[in-house]
Amino acid sequence: MATSDQFMELPGRLIVVEGIDGSGKSTQLDLLHKWLRSEGYVTVFTEWNSSPIVRDTTRRGKRKQLLTPMSFSLIHAADFASRTHEQILPALQAGVIVLADRYVYTAFARDAARGVNRKWVRDLYSFAPPPDLALYFQVSLAESIRRIAAARAEIKFYEAGMDLGMSEDVHESFRLFQGRILEEYDALCEEYDITRIDASQSLVNQQVLVRELVEPLLEGMPRREISSVPTHLQSGYVALAAGGGL
Amino acid sequence: MTEVKFYGEPPPGIEQEWLPGRLIAIEGTDGVGRSTIISILKDYLEANGWGVVDSGLRRSPLVGPGIDQAKEGHTLDPITLNLFYATDFWDRFERIMLPALQAGMVVLADRYIFSLMARAVVRGAAPEWLEQIYGFALIPDQVIYLDIDAEDLVLRILERGFDFWESGGDYLHDRSIYDGFMQHQREQLHQMSLMAERYGWDVVDARGTIEEVFEDVRRAIMPTVESMSQA
Repeated sequence: MATSDQFMELPGRLIVVEGIDGSGKSTQLDLLHKWLRSEGYVTVFTEWNSSPIVRDTTRRGKRKQLLTPMSFSLIHAADFASRTHEQILPALQAGVIVLADRYVYTAFARDAARGVNRKWVRDLYSFAPPPDLALYFQVSLAESIRRIAAARAEIKFYEAGMDLGMSEDVHESFRLFQGRILEEYDALCEEYDITRIDASQSLVNQQVLVRELVEPLLEGMPRREISSVPTHLQSGYVALAAGGGL
Repeated sequence: MTEVKFYGEPPPGIEQEWLPGRLIAIEGTDGVGRSTIISILKDYLEANGWGVVDSGLRRSPLVGPGIDQAKEGHTLDPITLNLFYATDFWDRFERIMLPALQAGMVVLADRYIFSLMARAVVRGAAPEWLEQIYGFALIPDQVIYLDIDAEDLVLRILERGFDFWESGGDYLHDRSIYDGFMQHQREQLHQMSLMAERYGWDVVDARGTIEEVFEDVRRAIMPTVESMSQA
């Protein structure tokens, strides 16, 4: 537990996407997922903050604004641990592809932006298997704010880092907090082997790039007969092909 | 005054260098009588004019309900369980213990980080990992360890009944509840005794009557409590 050599023999492939809200990473991962399924690959999808055991506690903490930088960090680590145990490790042991929407780097960036000790957070997550491919969807602060404003009615308390008391104004606080997170992500791309993808490019161009990066990892991964995959699961592939990307 | 020192890197959000209160942790395994002793101790100290706050595991408003719910399903792996408890500990520290220490009160912690570490170690977690995580904990003024052996402990448990988690039910599947309890508690006690030595705790023999144990604990902690009035 919490040592690196335990991950040496995991036959599966772990592919993770990172980026701030509005970077388009989830859309890209979704398109990748649909393509892999349409090609018959067995894939397991996991996303940040979704453990059935921990999620309710995190939600309560956010709703009642009970979370401080340390408890925010710890409860997200608990959620991640539970998903590592129940989804990620079993799938990697079984030798299939795991797609993770946000991974440990999200915690590294956000918790550091909240003032939590960087080394402590890395130690906290040392039980996490290292990914085979980590993609960072890089977008400017202005662009991410524009996308989020277009997509949603309001910005949430913790998303804006309102718990840090940097500004009374939620939009100003969001701008300051997300700016810090971008700086952390920048440093993380250097520290770890994270591939940057320019998220200001067209959606289709990004997906072409994503598939090129993923392709070499697919060798030897188990596949189902393609004909057994329902047509509606191929929609992502079809739409992209129609868009002239592939 | 209590100097604000942590086992590891200081966590964010605590600016004081000194706290007027006193933090006393009472450690000991399941069923050893901690809660009883703490409740008598609290009454005694309050009767003598000291302000006292007690805090036990799973009482954090943030995590308490979630842990109870999760434990009912018996689905928790050791790392998740440990992180749940670490969150619970931190939430109680920030919300209950720290404000009381700032207000000059005596905080009686019903277990501290050490029980949490021992539980995780016997379930296979790496001790170094646990020490890194729990480095966020404030070093208490005093740790009292209520010491007992598994043979004496089990006689008390028999009267109130066995608990799934106290018997290592989540990881010792193939044993009877008695064998599971004995093995789990022996290993946990071993871990605790190693820590008692390493951290230099005050060890109190918990095999006596409640009156005897209370008197030993009282005598051990009074110098710490009384040092507040001299400060």
